[in-house]
Amino acid sequence: MMELKVIGQSEDNTAESGCSASGCGGSSDQLSHLPDHIRDKVHNHPCYSEEAHHHFARMHVAVAPACNIQCHYCNRKYDCANESRPGVVSELLTPDQAVKKVMAVAANIPQMTVLGIAGPGDPLANPERTFDTFRQLTEKAPDIKLCVSTNGLSLPDQVDELCKHNIDHVTITINCVDPDVGAKIYPWIFWNNRRIKGRKGAKILIEQQQKGLKMLTDRGILVKVNSVMIPGVNDQHLEEVSKVVKEKGAFLHNVMPLIAEAEHGTFYGVMGQRGPTHDELQTLQDKCAGDMNMMRHCRQCRADAVGMLGEDRGDEFTMDKVEVMDVDYEQAMIKRADYQAEIEAKLEAQKKSANETFIPLTALTTKKKETRPVLMAVATSGGGVINQHFGHAKEFLIYEASMTDVRFIGHRKVDLYCSGGDTCGDAETTLQKTIRLLEGCEAVLCSKIGYEPWEVLEESGIQPNGEHAMEPIEEAVAKVYAEMAESGQLEQQRQADQLQAGA
Amino acid sequence: MAYEIIESCVNCWACEPLCPSDAIFEARPHFKIDAKKCTECEGDHVDPQCVSICPIEGAILNPFSEPANPPGSLTGIPPERMEEVMAEIQSR
Repeated sequence: MMELKVIGQSEDNTAESGCSASGCGGSSDQLSHLPDHIRDKVHNHPCYSEEAHHHFARMHVAVAPACNIQCHYCNRKYDCANESRPGVVSELLTPDQAVKKVMAVAANIPQMTVLGIAGPGDPLANPERTFDTFRQLTEKAPDIKLCVSTNGLSLPDQVDELCKHNIDHVTITINCVDPDVGAKIYPWIFWNNRRIKGRKGAKILIEQQQKGLKMLTDRGILVKVNSVMIPGVNDQHLEEVSKVVKEKGAFLHNVMPLIAEAEHGTFYGVMGQRGPTHDELQTLQDKCAGDMNMMRHCRQCRADAVGMLGEDRGDEFTMDKVEVMDVDYEQAMIKRADYQAEIEAKLEAQKKSANETFIPLTALTTKKKETRPVLMAVATSGGGVINQHFGHAKEFLIYEASMTDVRFIGHRKVDLYCSGGDTCGDAETTLQKTIRLLEGCEAVLCSKIGYEPWEVLEESGIQPNGEHAMEPIEEAVAKVYAEMAESGQLEQQRQADQLQAGA
Repeated sequence: MAYEIIESCVNCWACEPLCPSDAIFEARPHFKIDAKKCTECEGDHVDPQCVSICPIEGAILNPFSEPANPPGSLTGIPPERMEEVMAEIQSR
């Protein structure tokens, strides 16, 4: 089973102020309900804090190839350098190589704060390799946070060992708490020297996951739960999962969409199981959010991802390159600390100035009539501002603007999968794909946009907007919403033909 | 008599630590089983360990040179379905 790492979207200034441009209770402020000691741990973790993900970087090292279960969304044969999804990796590393790589990356990317082990198999099914890596890093790179992802099967046996290292975050992938649902997701597990199939195997896995979760939270280790949303299999069930894991002390629940294509050779891909639509995913995330903090910015990265969220600089740090790099880690550590202190100071300053210039949304929106909420897509390369050309955007951040607030909903990737070769789909153009991707959105905000896509977007009922380049995202979204409200176009439901065109 | 790892092995290391006879070793292009050491786990386990954890159908042959995990047995994908889908992908 595989894992992911994440990157966030671009929340500019809301993570701690509680009530600012996002409005009170906006989901962008997802960490605000956490106790201080947890926030201290996650504030500079790109995968957990939406604010942090634009300023701090993470990396994964692929030291754990073996797995002790099979999931229907995973294919153990897969390895493709063009592919970006959990469980996929190009270069397997020994612990010594992994340590070398981490030191090299940390010396060259001062934003790096976090090292994760996420696969390509299950890190805890490879305890020697995983813990050897952690042991060496705790000693040689004490300023780096360590985290690990697991399917949970051998978690209870490894909790003691986990506690010995500098690990304060564990991610468990929990797709169900009901063995009947589990039997449709996990064809088998390896347990007590036997392969156990079907419901019986799923039942053991679920018990182990729940036991491990409880053991970790009892010891004060932060646990995030990942769930893969599989329509018709566990979509109805994940609300229950959310409730159960919250009761056991998980601090975040990350519901991710199933990725299933026939080309991947996974059970779901080959059998034609579909993934959720953006709308279905958002609806479920909203339902679960009532129960606990949800993540909206997970990028489902590869098990060997390197760099800021949403980017992968793995190519710069292949083992042959790392071997010949000269790393003075003592020096690098000082540089990193300075750099990171500077970022923190900058964020603090931004927060202050944002509070000063804050324009209440109620002043921008018309109060005369009821206006419906609107989804907008934003092209950004980071920093919390609209600063990317439409045609260069590899992903769009989706915001929902309403009469009361602007909230971050999630991100949608352009070309989620392999983009090369003729095996990759039909003749649909990138622009057509992008328009399909923006389904449900009524505006797209970017720094610039070409004439041709402008026309095509308009025809599809999506209003392009390049007027807010370099402005903070939430303010710009609020302004565009106010303009739409002013012009009277939000007083009725969206035209059916527009929805069709966007679909 | 012994089990044998063949070329479809993906080198995932899962089997290696489980072998009670230390018969499995890392090799290129794939892991191998030392036929002289392999006991088929007799006396140690009910099921052969490598066969029980291997995720790849067909990667291990039993002593009769048959796939110990035949097509469809691990993924649950019916072999006909797999062929059909692969043919469809190739024809694109």
